[in-house]
Amino acid sequence: MPLHDSLLAQDSSPFGMFGYFSDHRDEVLNWLWYHTWLSAVPVVAGLLIALPLGWVARRYRWTYPPLVTTAGLLYTIPSIALFVAMPDIIGTQILDPINVAVALTVYSVALLVRVVADGLGAVPEDVAQAATAMGLTRRQRLLKVELPLAVPVIAAGVRVAVVANVSLVAVAGTIGVPNLGQLFTTGFQLSVGSPYYPPITLGIVLCVLLALALDLLVVGGTRLATPWRRAVSGS
Amino acid sequence: MIAWLNDPGNWTAPGGIFDQLWSHLQYALIALVVAAALALPVGLLIGHAGRGRWLVTVANAVRALPVVGLLILLYVMLAPHIHGRGDTVYLLPTEIVLILLAIPPILASTVAGVENVDPAVRDAAAGMGMRGGQVVRRVELPNALPLVFSGVRSATLQVIATATVAAYLGLGGLGRFVYDGQASQNFAERDAGALLVALLAVAADLVLALAQRYTVSRGVSGRFPRRTLVGDPVATADAPPSTHTA
Repeated sequence: MPLHDSLLAQDSSPFGMFGYFSDHRDEVLNWLWYHTWLSAVPVVAGLLIALPLGWVARRYRWTYPPLVTTAGLLYTIPSIALFVAMPDIIGTQILDPINVAVALTVYSVALLVRVVADGLGAVPEDVAQAATAMGLTRRQRLLKVELPLAVPVIAAGVRVAVVANVSLVAVAGTIGVPNLGQLFTTGFQLSVGSPYYPPITLGIVLCVLLALALDLLVVGGTRLATPWRRAVSGS
Repeated sequence: MIAWLNDPGNWTAPGGIFDQLWSHLQYALIALVVAAALALPVGLLIGHAGRGRWLVTVANAVRALPVVGLLILLYVMLAPHIHGRGDTVYLLPTEIVLILLAIPPILASTVAGVENVDPAVRDAAAGMGMRGGQVVRRVELPNALPLVFSGVRSATLQVIATATVAAYLGLGGLGRFVYDGQASQNFAERDAGALLVALLAVAADLVLALAQRYTVSRGVSGRFPRRTLVGDPVATADAPPSTHTA
């Protein structure tokens, strides 16, 4: 552990995290950076995979039960199990961050397939019929009417996925994958004799801030993508 | 991995699969029972009274906390104050985290379930002379049951999955195999542990699905024998999406 070599901040109370941060800035920022992309990229990838799958589940009704059941089953696999089993499945090294990214993509797809299908299904039938009556083709109707109207439902699912991912990435830290979770294991190892809080509280604060920031990003994106909702609610 | 699972010694030895499976179940059950005992009545009250929704918001915000960080923080905080032998020093922080984790899904779905009860049904109950408490117990709870179950099931999955991480602290449970296997490079043991947790989660979900099937009234689930008149089944689609935290 490189941290043991460096001089520890004198203050071992939870507020010592500020001193701890300035002492280990490069390392912590590096972990924060890893943590950010490990939380965000899988959700984007998961959404890109879940959109066509969700559409299929809606378009061909008989595929809905098997798709949603499979997604639910994937969701029962504990993340730590998926993290450690991933190298056997895709042939990577055990501590490769790619394992975490792929595992979290699987979860995001599992969560979002149902959300996309239900979101598309929640589009009122008369709206879809009106679009057809105006001469839109199936594809135009999907892209210009149904998908935009499903955005709020899908966005709610994306928010859940993103916030959950921030916490899940930290779990991968306990088996040694570089991210903010390493702050927790470091704090744990340094607390053998007496409590040493700074890395632990710093990790929690950074994780919560990251979750908040990503959540706000999704909320902001949703507002931009659905201007008509603001017009109606007047907010 | 198959070979490791096929060795009967790995199952029956002290600290073997049977022992850890039992411990894992115990940790999960304690947390779920406590969380349900807290979240169910409170959720029913919030849904019935239509007030106190901020509690749901607060509970949901807790989900943003990183589970591992919370676990280690609580352990470091509590460890100096817990003396004596045994697992208490690991068990207490683990149970607190698991309970915190299980409350939001149960609370949110119970509130949503009660709020989704058709107002006409509630009016009819009042019209029949039921008092507030009776409406909650005999009308709102049975009607909300499908959503309550979806919350409990999602909480169960999360708790079973997260109890694995408790092994990082030094507690037992199936996570022992994952972390010990990882530490000693015994990958068969590690992967077998992971598989066992997944199987336990699926099994628990199946048990709850069965329980749901036999406790939810047919009038609510719409599960009638064929060729009888089927009413509008209560939509379960608007259950809050479940999260996965570990």
